[in-house]
Amino acid sequence: MNKARKNPFNTLAMHGALILYTLIALFPVFVILINSFKDRKAIFREPLALPDAETFSMIGYQTVMKQGDFFLYFQNSLIVTVASLFFVLLFGAMAAFALAEYRFKGNTLMGLYLALGIMIPIRIGTVAILEMMVASGLVNTLWALILVYTAQGLPLAVFILSEFMRQVSDDLKNAARVDGLSEYAIFFRLVLPLVRPAMATVAVFNMIPIWNDLWFPLILAPAEETKTLTLGSQVFIGQFVTDWNAVLSALSMAILPVLILYVIFSRQLIRGITSGAVK
Amino acid sequence: MQRARIRWHIAVFLAPAVLVYTAIMIFPLFNTLRLALYSEVDQTRIFVGLDNFRTLFFDPIWSEQFWNALGNNFWFFIVHMLVQNPIGVALAAILSHPRLRFAALYRSAIFIPTILSFVIVGFAWKLILSPIWGIAPSMLEFIGLKSLFQPWLGKEEYALTTLALISVWQFVGIPMMLIYAALLSIPEEILEAGEVDGITGISAFWKIKLPLILPSIGIISILTFVGNFNAFDLIYASQGALAGPDFSTDILGTFLYRTFFGFQLQLGDPHMGSAIASGMFAIILIGVCIYLFGIQTRMRRYQM
Repeated sequence: MNKARKNPFNTLAMHGALILYTLIALFPVFVILINSFKDRKAIFREPLALPDAETFSMIGYQTVMKQGDFFLYFQNSLIVTVASLFFVLLFGAMAAFALAEYRFKGNTLMGLYLALGIMIPIRIGTVAILEMMVASGLVNTLWALILVYTAQGLPLAVFILSEFMRQVSDDLKNAARVDGLSEYAIFFRLVLPLVRPAMATVAVFNMIPIWNDLWFPLILAPAEETKTLTLGSQVFIGQFVTDWNAVLSALSMAILPVLILYVIFSRQLIRGITSGAVK
Repeated sequence: MQRARIRWHIAVFLAPAVLVYTAIMIFPLFNTLRLALYSEVDQTRIFVGLDNFRTLFFDPIWSEQFWNALGNNFWFFIVHMLVQNPIGVALAAILSHPRLRFAALYRSAIFIPTILSFVIVGFAWKLILSPIWGIAPSMLEFIGLKSLFQPWLGKEEYALTTLALISVWQFVGIPMMLIYAALLSIPEEILEAGEVDGITGISAFWKIKLPLILPSIGIISILTFVGNFNAFDLIYASQGALAGPDFSTDILGTFLYRTFFGFQLQLGDPHMGSAIASGMFAIILIGVCIYLFGIQTRMRRYQM
């Protein structure tokens, strides 16, 4: 081993650079969170101080609870995200299994067709999607969002899952066939449990963009009873622009669920990205 | 005999995904391209050929907005390429250093902004940069640069760059992770061979590692391109549909939204909206093709 690789000065410089960037990354989140617990005067007088006994105040959260229906928004976001993930995983895994397992005419072509959507954003088709949802009466229902996010998530899901399904041993599947299991039983009882880690990766990848999306909730489901948390906080903050307590509290309430999910799933997410699933 | 049997289970497995994908993604995409060739006169839809595109490119009112949005979008992309990707590569290079302690902790913390929604990011920065609150000016004062402070989001000449940098702040985690993964996959023997030849430290990075991770940098560039040319949320959340001040932060996404839905006195026009969406489709397609045929095939891939 050479000197450059264990020079203490280099190590110090590396930690310095990383700490500096970590501070830049976390500072805005930190400032929003601490100020949401302070009264109005303290927010402006000492924005960087932690809330103490004197400046602590929940007034912002009270306004948010009274004025905005954040429970409903949260519930909508949860339903849309969970349902979309369910369909992406189920339909994606089924199609990936068909492509990975069977040889049939047009297999490669079907794979390419489904992969098109990886690079082309679904937003381009918004005008026609809205027209279709209006015609079918799905506008302002959560189903409109679930359908769009399912379609949006499928291409990458099929691509990643079929890569993994090719690695499932053929002997295992043939043994099951000899035992008289149907193709459906092989898929649901044998292959699906084996590709669970890949399914988790796909789920985590899709979760964040669906939860955070503003475009489709704004266009397809802006009604009060179907607002998602992202759209709900956008509208709420727009109305309460001058009430800093309320704005900071609304922001914090939008940050917290994502942050909790991230703490739970961050290992899965980072492993998914670094395992080269995106290649 | 067995071959002749139709294997229905294949169709059953494929059907749901293909149906949803075709109905919600592919069909509307082509339908949008088709709608761009129509216009509405007296509440009936009539075929007008390329008229909408002629309006978009040459009519003074429309073309000025369109070229403005397109130019802004390119600047938005260039800032990402020049700032986001180099910072991402640098962070990944440091993180991938062997025997660095707390690497996982740094990695998770730096990735946090990426998981937040644009609404949160847009407003959080709007508050921090606001002259009313005064966090940004007092921090600049702390390092003795208070005179540099400007209400950046409110000034025409700075607003777009500021928003691009906010977006960079949010998304730096993605290039960092992808490059980090690529750097970890470089086998130790190659680096040791370099050391034997006296190539270490910084020069090992430039001469050995960087050429090996070029394919990953290519992928990141095209992901950035596609992401930037259908961006919308951040600008809408922080500057509104009018992309102020005076349209200086207008990009194709916000322009499409305004045209499609209308704003203030202008009525929404789905056909002009489709024309803009078709333009975005063409730009993204050109970008992806340049990447696939121009860059990816020419890039030397080293076997590792």
